[in-house]
Amino acid sequence: MNAVNPEAANRMPLEDLYQEVILDHNRRPRNFKAIENSTASCHGHNPLCGDDYDIYVRTVPADGGARIEDIGFTGKGCAISKASGSMMTAKVKGKSLSEARGIKDAFLDLVTRDTPAAGASGTEALLGSLNIFLGVKKYPIRVKCATLVWRALEEALDRAESSTSSGGPS
Amino acid sequence: MKRVEDVRKDFPMLAVRMNGRPLAYLDNAASTQKPARVLERMDRFYRNEYANVHRGVYRLSYDATEACEAVREQCRRFLNAASDREIVFVRGATEAVNLVASSYAADRAKPGMSIVITQTEHHANLVPWQALCERARMKLEVIPVDDDGALDMEAAKTLIRPGVLLVAAGHVSNVLGVTHDVRALARLAHAAGSVLFVDGAQAVPHQPVDVRALECDFYCLSSHKIYGPTGVGVLYGRLDLLESMRPYQYGGDMIESVSFERTTYARPPQRFEAGTPPFAEIVGLGEAITYLEGLGWDWIAARERELFEHALKGLTAIPGIKVYGRGAHRASLLSFTLGDAHPHDIGTVLDEAGIAVRAGHHCAEPTMRRFGVPAMVRASFSFYNTTEEADRLAAAVESARKIFA
Repeated sequence: MNAVNPEAANRMPLEDLYQEVILDHNRRPRNFKAIENSTASCHGHNPLCGDDYDIYVRTVPADGGARIEDIGFTGKGCAISKASGSMMTAKVKGKSLSEARGIKDAFLDLVTRDTPAAGASGTEALLGSLNIFLGVKKYPIRVKCATLVWRALEEALDRAESSTSSGGPS
Repeated sequence: MKRVEDVRKDFPMLAVRMNGRPLAYLDNAASTQKPARVLERMDRFYRNEYANVHRGVYRLSYDATEACEAVREQCRRFLNAASDREIVFVRGATEAVNLVASSYAADRAKPGMSIVITQTEHHANLVPWQALCERARMKLEVIPVDDDGALDMEAAKTLIRPGVLLVAAGHVSNVLGVTHDVRALARLAHAAGSVLFVDGAQAVPHQPVDVRALECDFYCLSSHKIYGPTGVGVLYGRLDLLESMRPYQYGGDMIESVSFERTTYARPPQRFEAGTPPFAEIVGLGEAITYLEGLGWDWIAARERELFEHALKGLTAIPGIKVYGRGAHRASLLSFTLGDAHPHDIGTVLDEAGIAVRAGHHCAEPTMRRFGVPAMVRASFSFYNTTEEADRLAAAVESARKIFA
């Protein structure tokens, strides 16, 4: 956890956290639904704050591994966590499992690492609109809000992978 | 007449700035700031008076023991217990609940009995009882509250019947600020041949407490919520009950005599105070009580009433706000939600404005469920807060409304 200097002069204004894009995704979350016939699902819960989501993934076989045909999430939580879920599902829908994993890693790097990972410019391009979550890093106690659904996705991807490799639904 | 500007100077933390603004500390129900004299008293003790209690034959240890025992007597007066042997030093209210659950209730538990609690308990006064019920195959029964947060006393009469091992209730709800009529519960408990445990953590900062007038059997408090240091609290227990109870932890200081064949235990309260107690903090707690009593309950109550009314008026003027709990005897705290805005988002907006509030489930998830929300924002006031801080709260909540509307 970063040390918080309460008097930090370079503190970002609140608008950097609650950008209009995030507020919009909070008000009208995309893919905010359970997926029927999902290949994998996972529950994400933060017992400290009560944020609680389910992630549903439906994969189909494709060249070079499975592809996420549909993804959805349900649950409740703050504006940051809900917008994160909304933008995450929009981003990884249609991607292959390995592409989704790359995006997931890049996002977690973006909001949790102090220095940008190597090849940061590539990361920025990969994340696109998700780069606005950079503002969350200035609020260390809110970082877990942004990452909650991504951690759940991580596990859902693992489950989807194992169900695919073990044959899965044909 | 004391002036709030002067009282604020007693608290070094109140001069701190947060996010470029003067800190408005409105999280007093979670923990209170410390007057300089409490810090100075502990500092003096550590620098000039420090030695372990109870064991030294030398003067320094004797004096430290005396200082500690003087606070026990001070706590007896503070709660109006009959004897200082009814005052057990614990780590805090949470440990007090666990102590009574394991040393009183567990030994008397039989399958089919029940423990009765209320719907608005802090997890500290819920989970220990629930765990015991599971272990001993007893039933945990819950007295519901109405939409104002008042106990359903008709339900209490039905639930508190013979076969109830113990009734546990918070004196003041940490979420709603509502004061429960614990004396009525005590009478129901006694009529059913049971006992009443009262969690007083949220009551003692705001009002004088008289355990004999309340007719309760156990009562507990945490020092850090009454302007004292962390790591210490008080369990009051009726002496005849304490005498009948097994030790909670075993070790030094709680024995009468020890041999490999047999150990006999000290009488209360030492029986329940195994190991070296946090005696410097106990001395600090004594200083905090002296400070509080110096301010006077009338002044404290009048200040907190004024702040509560002022904040309530400011907040209820904001469209979409919902304040939880109602009734005449409310402590100076306000829990609210604002439309669909999540309390954590509101908490961050307030933090940015230098206002410290609690946002979340307040260690009372069943209370959140009762009122149909996942979380609330809670602003809790102390006598040292100001009406200007209440105004800043309302203004910051209004700006949060604009962001999340």
